[in-house]
Amino acid sequence: MRPSVDQIWTWLDAVPDPEIPAISLVDLGIIRDVGFDGETCVVTVTPTYSGCPATSVINMEIKAALHDHGVERVELKRQLSPPWTTDWISQSGREKLEKYGIAPPQAAGGPEKCPNCASTNLERLSQFGSTPCKAQWRCKDCLEPFDYFKCI
Amino acid sequence: MADALFETLLRLGDNTLILGHRVSEWCGHAPVLEEDIALANTALDLLGQTSLWLEYAGEIEGAGRSADDLAFLRDAWDFHNVLLVELPNGDFGQTVMRQYLFDQFNLMNLRALTGSTDNRIAEIAEKAVKEAAYHVDRSRGTVVGLGDGTAESHERMQAALNILWPYALELFITDDTDADMAKAGVIPDPKTLEADYRATIEATLAEATLTLPDAHFGHRGSGKDGRMHTEHLGHILTQMQWLQRAYPGQAW
Ligand SMILES: [Zn+2]
Repeated sequence: MRPSVDQIWTWLDAVPDPEIPAISLVDLGIIRDVGFDGETCVVTVTPTYSGCPATSVINMEIKAALHDHGVERVELKRQLSPPWTTDWISQSGREKLEKYGIAPPQAAGGPEKCPNCASTNLERLSQFGSTPCKAQWRCKDCLEPFDYFKCI
Repeated sequence: MADALFETLLRLGDNTLILGHRVSEWCGHAPVLEEDIALANTALDLLGQTSLWLEYAGEIEGAGRSADDLAFLRDAWDFHNVLLVELPNGDFGQTVMRQYLFDQFNLMNLRALTGSTDNRIAEIAEKAVKEAAYHVDRSRGTVVGLGDGTAESHERMQAALNILWPYALELFITDDTDADMAKAGVIPDPKTLEADYRATIEATLAEATLTLPDAHFGHRGSGKDGRMHTEHLGHILTQMQWLQRAYPGQAW
């Protein structure tokens, strides 16, 4: 029996991002569409950064997750336009990021507060970080360095 | 038309491929950890853009070549990048200066390409332009910081600019392929980007207390038709391609 589209979304919401496992692929906002073409489940995915090495792992994990739930035929489509933006990270995704120690993206271009002590006395260490989507910041009160999810 | 489009896509993809490879040579060698990470991430973005351009190039060519085939199995004379991106890195200052000169062009070119009559090109540009804007933000800031820094850093940045500026002008040479593609609205005519580029670069250099070298010349000829490259390109390819040459089809 063919599962419903809503069911597929729920299953995908349980697939963690390979580089930031605190949030799911759905939280990250990179699943653009789910549908069926006959018996084939078609999942449309948009890349975060064009060079993000996690992209191929993400595709593998989507297939593996759906196979585990008995969906045998899965087709992945890549959608470049409109390009992914950090605005597509869900509210629950932003909260999970912060709890995990990564300051969520802000339109102002820098973190709102230290994810460790909530201080707003912050400085930027580098525009880049451990993955393409992050920059490095430091809290000048608790002195902890932390990742900031770049706003694009 | 398909030939001109294929060539245009190779030019776009080869510029980012060769520069991405050059920048990746800093991985593990940059002066401070933050710069090492920044350079590696910049290289990664450039390689990501490369795969989008070359994948499309392979589809247009219609000979069944993938982005990887095009990257790893072509010889130097089949590469269509400008000479600027294949030059050796030099010191850190020279690497940053080259990055800024390229980033600023890439940003302006991609902005124009978002309006391409070729949908796929417009979509790729729309994606890449956000990354390019971020790159300019950083390379521009670093040029200003080092140019208007210590006497030593200032001197090195001026020396880098003197070497690189004549190469930067190659980005604005329009040949027949470019003219055809521009007429069809696929790409902007490179010449039309030059005035804005110069004005932007000059404003940055003023802030960085650097001056454009006197030389009015640009290098003659261009790497983009594949007929002319520096001796450095072959050396890059021996590094970049050896694994696929020695073990064809090898995968992770
Ligand atoms: Zn703190």
